[in-house]
Amino acid sequence: MTDTSYTRLRLSLMLLTLGLSLVPLFALGFVIDSEFRESYGDKLTSNLKLVAHNKADALDVFLTERVVQLEMVAGMNTLDSLSNQQALELVFDTVHEASPSIIDLGVIGQNGRHVAYSGPFDLRDVNYKDEPWFHQAMLKGLYISDVFMGFRNFPHFIIAVKRREGGRTWILRATIDSDIFTGLVRNVQSGASGDAYLVNREGVLQTPSRFGGKVLGQASLPAYRPSGDVDVVRWTEDGTELVAGIAPLAHTDWRLVVIENQQEELSPLLRAQSLIFGLFLICALMIAAGAYLSVGSVVKRLQKADKARAAMDAAVVQSNKMASLGKLAAGVAHEINNPLSIIRESAGWIRDIINDGELGESTAVDDLQEATSDIERHVERARTVTHRMLGFARRMEPLQEDVDLNMLARQTVSFLENEIRHRNIEVECRFDQDLPLITTDANQIQQVILNLLENAIDAIGHDGCIEVETRPGDGAVVMDIADSGEGISPENVSKVFDPFFTTKPTGEGTGLGLSIVYSTLKKLGGGIDVRSERGVGTTFTITLPLVHVSIPGRQEESWTE
Amino acid sequence: MDRVRVLVVDDEADFLKLIKRRLEKRNVEVSVAPGGREALDHLAGQPTDVVILDVRMPGMSGIDTLKEIRKRYRETEVIMLTGHGSVQSGIEGISHGAYDYMLKPFNIDDLLERIRAACERARLKKAERERA
Ligand SMILES: Nc1ncnc2c1ncn2[C@@H]1O[C@H](COP(=O)(O)OP(=O)(O)O)[C@@H](O)[C@H]1O
Repeated sequence: MTDTSYTRLRLSLMLLTLGLSLVPLFALGFVIDSEFRESYGDKLTSNLKLVAHNKADALDVFLTERVVQLEMVAGMNTLDSLSNQQALELVFDTVHEASPSIIDLGVIGQNGRHVAYSGPFDLRDVNYKDEPWFHQAMLKGLYISDVFMGFRNFPHFIIAVKRREGGRTWILRATIDSDIFTGLVRNVQSGASGDAYLVNREGVLQTPSRFGGKVLGQASLPAYRPSGDVDVVRWTEDGTELVAGIAPLAHTDWRLVVIENQQEELSPLLRAQSLIFGLFLICALMIAAGAYLSVGSVVKRLQKADKARAAMDAAVVQSNKMASLGKLAAGVAHEINNPLSIIRESAGWIRDIINDGELGESTAVDDLQEATSDIERHVERARTVTHRMLGFARRMEPLQEDVDLNMLARQTVSFLENEIRHRNIEVECRFDQDLPLITTDANQIQQVILNLLENAIDAIGHDGCIEVETRPGDGAVVMDIADSGEGISPENVSKVFDPFFTTKPTGEGTGLGLSIVYSTLKKLGGGIDVRSERGVGTTFTITLPLVHVSIPGRQEESWTE
Repeated sequence: MDRVRVLVVDDEADFLKLIKRRLEKRNVEVSVAPGGREALDHLAGQPTDVVILDVRMPGMSGIDTLKEIRKRYRETEVIMLTGHGSVQSGIEGISHGAYDYMLKPFNIDDLLERIRAACERARLKKAERERA
């Protein structure tokens, strides 16, 4: 796999993980949010309805009380008694005491003329015969007017009740103080931008609106279709979302309008929403970070495993190559050895004949003798070649040959001479001169020594020294390779022989060197040990048996060339 | 000392001819066989001290012939010959009871020495068995 395909894998794993966790998370968030918003909105609306309804009831009760009061006054007195100014004033005082909102009382005869009046204005002798309310009252028996300016020239409304007394009909009329009434409506409004007012059927303001205008102005309500119960109307004014609960009153065709600013009322919801959003954001970030870290480590591990496998594959390919080359060489050598031995025996036979003296003595015989020797010498030459080829074929398997470890070590050091000089490293060889020969595979031992020396050079870098020491051991020979390099940290000492363990940068170390050294030495019946101190250096000690018999039997006496 | 009786088994006729002449010149009684089967036939009729056996032969291989000889003729020693000098075939021969092992081409005197040694061992074995 190339680097870009790892990046792509990382990306798609990330997207998958994020998708699988964030999509449900956000779906959940969305559902919670919309449910919450809806139920909160419902609650606000029903609350608004309730407020409008209750307040409308209260206003109705207020009006009913005034009407009942007037009816009682009219019922308990006669036209004659109330026509008396003093008597009327007495009655008014009582009524005003009970209901300060009633600011005057008037008795009007059936011809529309003010018979008596008690109140702050001078309204005696005013004739109402042409006023519409007078006709309404005469017709229906009860009349509650819209707010109007009237003769008094300030906003007020009146309640008139009709009384039939014998053959006469008269009307008791009271003026209701608009201010008290306005106050009653006003205390409904809520928040900094809430509003509450009364409008009549035509939408004319009966009490002032906080923002919408003065009494008798037009209320700025959108058109809606009244249902007879509390209606909820929404609209937007100057960019603010408004919602109104509109409740009809029982006695009049006034309607109580309670307006709320939607945003203001929803602000607790918005606060909760931003809290939830924050929480979700934190969750999402945590998930993203988690996904990033775990995907990163998975991909890294995969990359490492792939690399290891690639290295292994390469090693296998290489050893297969060597093995088939070896087989080829062995086959060729064998095919040549057979004819070689016939040539040799032929020459030998000629020599036998000459030696028998059957040919007598002559220069020709001497020439023959010489030619035979030539044949034998060249057969020997060819034999060396084929045996070397066989030796190459056998390199895959441990050989058994007499090895002088000192010589082998000296030779291996000389391979690295240039490198050593170049890096200003001093190599000190302390070889035991009486070191016994060992029977082993020189080639493989050389690989081991080469590997250890290369590691030592890597550990030193520049300027340092390597000591190579040999000494006899118990049925074995021992070799120390000590360097003055960086050393190995205690936690890594136990790992250096593991396959693929390396501290070198990618591309430089395979981590296979020491593991091959280890298994080679095991195969040859030996072993390896390491001692290291950080900053001081590292010593690898290898032990090789004098003779290693891998297969029981007597191969050691037969294997000569 | 009796003349040593040797059987040389190899698929190369030229090789057999030469080795027979040269060993006979060195006072060895030599028979030859071109393959494993012929060798076994020969052994059935002729008592033999040492068999010199090529490892690689067409038909019955050297190792199979060796196994057969070991089974049937305890007192006959076998020296393996090969042009293929791999440890494996050498060890295999020895582990199946060959006395020794030689690489082609060889020196006739080395061969003679080994034949003598093999005979010596055969004789020792025989004496031991007679004593028992
Ligand atoms: N002489 C040494 N001094 C310090 N560290 C060493 C030495 N030899 C080996 N090591 C440590 O052991 C690790 C494994 O070595 P090795 O198996 O040869 O693989 P590689 O050399 O490819 O890294 C090295 O990466 C290094 O950390």
